[in-house]
Amino acid sequence: MLIPKLAQRNLIGAGARTWLNVVTTSLALFMIVFASGMYDGMIAYTKRVTVATEIGGGQYWHPAYDPDDPFSIDDSHGLLPDELRQIVRRGEAMPILVVQGAAYPAGRVLPVMIRGIPPQQSIIDLPTQVLQAQPDGALPVLMGQGMARLSELEKGDRFVLRWRDVHGSYDARDAEVVGIMDVENFKVDLGQVWLPLELLRTMVDVPGHATYVVIGADEALTAASGEWVPRDHIFLLQDILNAVKADQPYVWTLYGLLLALAAMGIFNSQVLSIFRRRREIGTLMSLGMHRGRVVSLFTMEGALHSVYALLLTIIWGAPVLYLVATRGIPIPYDGADIGIVMGQRMWPVYSAGLLGGTVILVALIVTLVSYLPSRRIAKMNPTDALRGRAA
Amino acid sequence: MSADSAIQIESLVKHFPMGGSVVEALKGVNLALGAGEFAGLVGPSGSGKTTLLNIIGGLDSPTQGSVRVLGEDLANKTHKQLADLRKEHIGFIFQTFNLLPVYTVFENVEFPLLLLNRTNGERQKAVDEALERVGLSHKTKARPATLSGGESQRVAIARAIVKQPSIILADEPTANLDAENSHNIMRILVELNEDNSTSFLFSTHDEKVMAYLRRTIHLVDGNITSDEVTTPSAP
Repeated sequence: MLIPKLAQRNLIGAGARTWLNVVTTSLALFMIVFASGMYDGMIAYTKRVTVATEIGGGQYWHPAYDPDDPFSIDDSHGLLPDELRQIVRRGEAMPILVVQGAAYPAGRVLPVMIRGIPPQQSIIDLPTQVLQAQPDGALPVLMGQGMARLSELEKGDRFVLRWRDVHGSYDARDAEVVGIMDVENFKVDLGQVWLPLELLRTMVDVPGHATYVVIGADEALTAASGEWVPRDHIFLLQDILNAVKADQPYVWTLYGLLLALAAMGIFNSQVLSIFRRRREIGTLMSLGMHRGRVVSLFTMEGALHSVYALLLTIIWGAPVLYLVATRGIPIPYDGADIGIVMGQRMWPVYSAGLLGGTVILVALIVTLVSYLPSRRIAKMNPTDALRGRAA
Repeated sequence: MSADSAIQIESLVKHFPMGGSVVEALKGVNLALGAGEFAGLVGPSGSGKTTLLNIIGGLDSPTQGSVRVLGEDLANKTHKQLADLRKEHIGFIFQTFNLLPVYTVFENVEFPLLLLNRTNGERQKAVDEALERVGLSHKTKARPATLSGGESQRVAIARAIVKQPSIILADEPTANLDAENSHNIMRILVELNEDNSTSFLFSTHDEKVMAYLRRTIHLVDGNITSDEVTTPSAP
């Protein structure tokens, strides 16, 4: 325990030089945790919202369904296989029918994807119950805030909705906005209008048909689903996971820059310290401290910076991180503009892995950059050191 | 070698490379220092005094010859063993005091005892006694930067004696002090020598120090030119 004790004594005695490094390391530590927490929080939130409002516990797709191919959408529906019909009947899943169409709000034309959904469903977190309304002479339509803003429609407004039935005939009717949902998933909002499933089936003349089936969050996908294709979270969240993967280099760069900030301050301080304290190093040797212990002492001094920085960060950073985690940070722009599902506030997530990993990584880097300059001490001649000469 | 010999040096040669040439700092020095002696290496700058002290202290190694300290042949020692020898048996006093700047007076004096793993109680007692001895009991919490030259050297002496070493090597201990402080320091060292039988070996060219020596070894250009028992002339 001698070396830590002496190192601590030296650091305390060094005063401002120590605290400058500790504050810098503490800031870097905080920023790494904060930035990573925000990033992790954003991803977790995106996944959570996407699961809650769109993909549930997973989906079964009609074999021809490809949401990225608008030319095949109208043919991508069919009767549910028996296995799926049974889980739908048990309330563990719900079918959704997707049809292309066009909306004509105030004389303008907007291409839309018309989605039929059972109004009583509770599989995904959309207020579809409002679709049980039966406006006089109009189709009840639910849409998101983004779509309402885009089409300049408000609740109670009417517009013409046009679609093509299974026989290839175009039809159009008045539709009334019976509800505008506050939903943060732009994929169920922008360009989407939601109708009661049975009504849409009748409009398109495809009784019992669906494009895909969403299962409940607690249900498990099974292989037994006829020819329909099971799609799990990994597949359905692919775009998010790809975005995360694409972002990784930037995240690691930021992480690296912050670590470098902490490491450079301490490295610089260590190099300077060994240069300035040569006479002291010689004195320590003359008093009976062997070189290995002097190297350990200087390395420990550097490494202790990370301990102090951690303590300092706990004192000032932990309350800030807690505050941000409980209150969130307002986002000044719409995630849909940049193609990301995100809330109006960002909620950071500080996992044990993030906290522990960051602390360990910072401690290791700080120790390493403390050790590298300290190795020079091992080559120092004590008599040169006593005279204040370099090694 | 006598049984109570503290230092035994035979045919000691030390060469230093300097630029493209080699400087002969010590040219076959023979010296024996008994336990409890109060001796000084006297000579002008560059005569090899500090080099000899450093070799005796295991801080430097000889080019040729043998050096035995407290019966131990330094030639066979590793860096760690030499450090252990210094830690346990040798105290150093430097011209420039070499106090650890961020430590208090107490902590500076305590340092050698920390290296020896002494207990808190033992350290407290020994440091108090050493500081009492040099008259600095009232300065325990002061930092070196706030001390005068004389006070700094007294702290250095307290640090050297606190572990009660067998040998104290003092390199120009009064060179940075005025006359009054020099005499004070030397009187303290004489007392310590008389009370503890610690062997003292000085390097000096200060006449004030020479006045206290009981043995004067003249070193000129790396050779011992005279080695004589002297009667201290200082009061």
